[in-house]
Amino acid sequence: MYDFALFFAVTSAHSRTFCSGNSMALTREQIENIAHLARLALAPAEIPVYQQSLSAIFEFVGELDRADTARVQPMAHPLEGLSQRLREDRVTETDHHERDQANAPQVAAGLYLVPKVIE
Amino acid sequence: MSLHTLSLAQLAQGLRAREFSSLELTRMLLARIEASQPKLNAFVTVTREQALVAAGAADRQLAAGSAGPLTGLPMVHKDLFCTEGVRTSCGSRMLDNFVSPYDATVVAKLRAAGTVMLGKSNMDEFAMGSSNETSFYGPVRNPWNPDLVPGGSSGGSAAAVAARLTPVATATDTGGSIRQPAALCGVTGMKPTYGRVSRYGMVAFASSLDQGGVVSTTAEDAALILRAMAGFDPNDSTSVDLPVPDYVATLDAPLAGLKIGLLKEFFDKGLDAENEKRIREALAVYEKLGATLREVSLPNLPLSVPAYYVVAPAECSSNLARFDGVRYGYRCKEPRDLMDLYKRSRGEGFGAEVKRRIMTGTYVLSAGYYDAYYLKAQKVRQLISADFKRAFGEVDVLMGPTTPTPAFPIGAKTSDPITMYLNDIYTIGANLAGLPAISIPCGFTGGLPVGLQIVGPHFGEAKILNAAHRYQRETDWHGRLPEAYR
Repeated sequence: MYDFALFFAVTSAHSRTFCSGNSMALTREQIENIAHLARLALAPAEIPVYQQSLSAIFEFVGELDRADTARVQPMAHPLEGLSQRLREDRVTETDHHERDQANAPQVAAGLYLVPKVIE
Repeated sequence: MSLHTLSLAQLAQGLRAREFSSLELTRMLLARIEASQPKLNAFVTVTREQALVAAGAADRQLAAGSAGPLTGLPMVHKDLFCTEGVRTSCGSRMLDNFVSPYDATVVAKLRAAGTVMLGKSNMDEFAMGSSNETSFYGPVRNPWNPDLVPGGSSGGSAAAVAARLTPVATATDTGGSIRQPAALCGVTGMKPTYGRVSRYGMVAFASSLDQGGVVSTTAEDAALILRAMAGFDPNDSTSVDLPVPDYVATLDAPLAGLKIGLLKEFFDKGLDAENEKRIREALAVYEKLGATLREVSLPNLPLSVPAYYVVAPAECSSNLARFDGVRYGYRCKEPRDLMDLYKRSRGEGFGAEVKRRIMTGTYVLSAGYYDAYYLKAQKVRQLISADFKRAFGEVDVLMGPTTPTPAFPIGAKTSDPITMYLNDIYTIGANLAGLPAISIPCGFTGGLPVGLQIVGPHFGEAKILNAAHRYQRETDWHGRLPEAYR
């Protein structure tokens, strides 16, 4: 049995952690590594903010450990029994690269331009 | 005649009886929208010219007798539904310059049905937020009190309907983003069963949870719109191939014998005492209509918020990987190399909360953490889903509050993400289990609206719309307007 009151209690505990910015915090290096994996450039001032809030989030979702899931299958789809549908293998798309590339930052001769990757 | 106070169903009658034209109606609402914009900021884009053209065409159809039930009726689309030739920003700097090359299925269906799009509503960036404060275009304000949030992420849609700038608006719900703002703005918000409405052309946030729906003043209007927007779509591989019932035809069915389950876990210390009183009063109305109440316990439901904050960020980090500064969307200035282009385009194009969720998701999916977080959350999700299934073996619908409190001040919860996440404590369960749910106005506390939530079994939309409509026949909470917008 769990109850919501518990989560409000957890929240206030989090607020304390959050404000004092002590214990349990992910390190600066961990945040930089996550940001690199996610291909996000962070300003130096953003890093301590994410150190605190991500630490609080992981502590919060750690509540999941309270559930006994030893014999539980992970849920794959919200509608049980309805499997992913497959379609017939035939071409249905027409060429609309000109239309779609109207939104591209930089295009030439139908190609997307990016900084040079091979010297 | 104050046309803006009429429901969609009433407007449809008026158009058909030629009491007013679609053009008159459209002009009147465009004027209300433009006047409200400095105060509410409910819109990202107002599509005045297209609306007038569409309304003129609708009037010709009405005159020729070839009109359908929705022809000429004005509406608004949340700015994450793709609209051909019109900017689809998703509330983000990343898509500020994105003009959609095609219509979302929902938009195409409603356009084909003859509705007139007035504009695109403001929203939390990429639908990530519960207060509409994460929008690149600034916060939306609550029509009942401009110092308060309208809720989110569909805050623009809810505020626009509450201020009677439009009779209906589309919206989307991943963890409560239709129902929570509907509750905080005093309007009706309907989230259908997962798979009932096509997600094609909806900018993806968390694909196993996202579902399109509608915000309206009445359950009857929600039924009218849902009937037109629901249905199988071969372009969405999770769209369900089942016929769409006539939700309007069953609205008036009597409720005698309806078995209502009260979600025990929702009536807890976190629930504001006045909110609880309004909910109990609404339940008494249902008893008077012949329904029976019994308490139902879903013991794993309180784990829905932590489960959601693993599953939703994980799916978000995958979905938002497509924004690379190459094919569309924001690109940083003078990238040094390709990695710099990716990182700075994303770092500058996304706002703080979106980056927080992408990083949360990246971490829970990364090597060594997958089992502890993602797999664990999907198992807990199974437990929550099984709880609901058991409950629907005993009762027809579940009822409880939509939110723990009424609308809160702008800025009150922005510094602590978890406090903000807990706004959706009563709504997330239905998303995790893929269930349909509606929030309807059921009274006020301190001058602010309170929402009653009704959750149904899979594909139980007709039943919850019926239950909501019968309640709205007995009460007039849904007809109350904020003073500034009467």
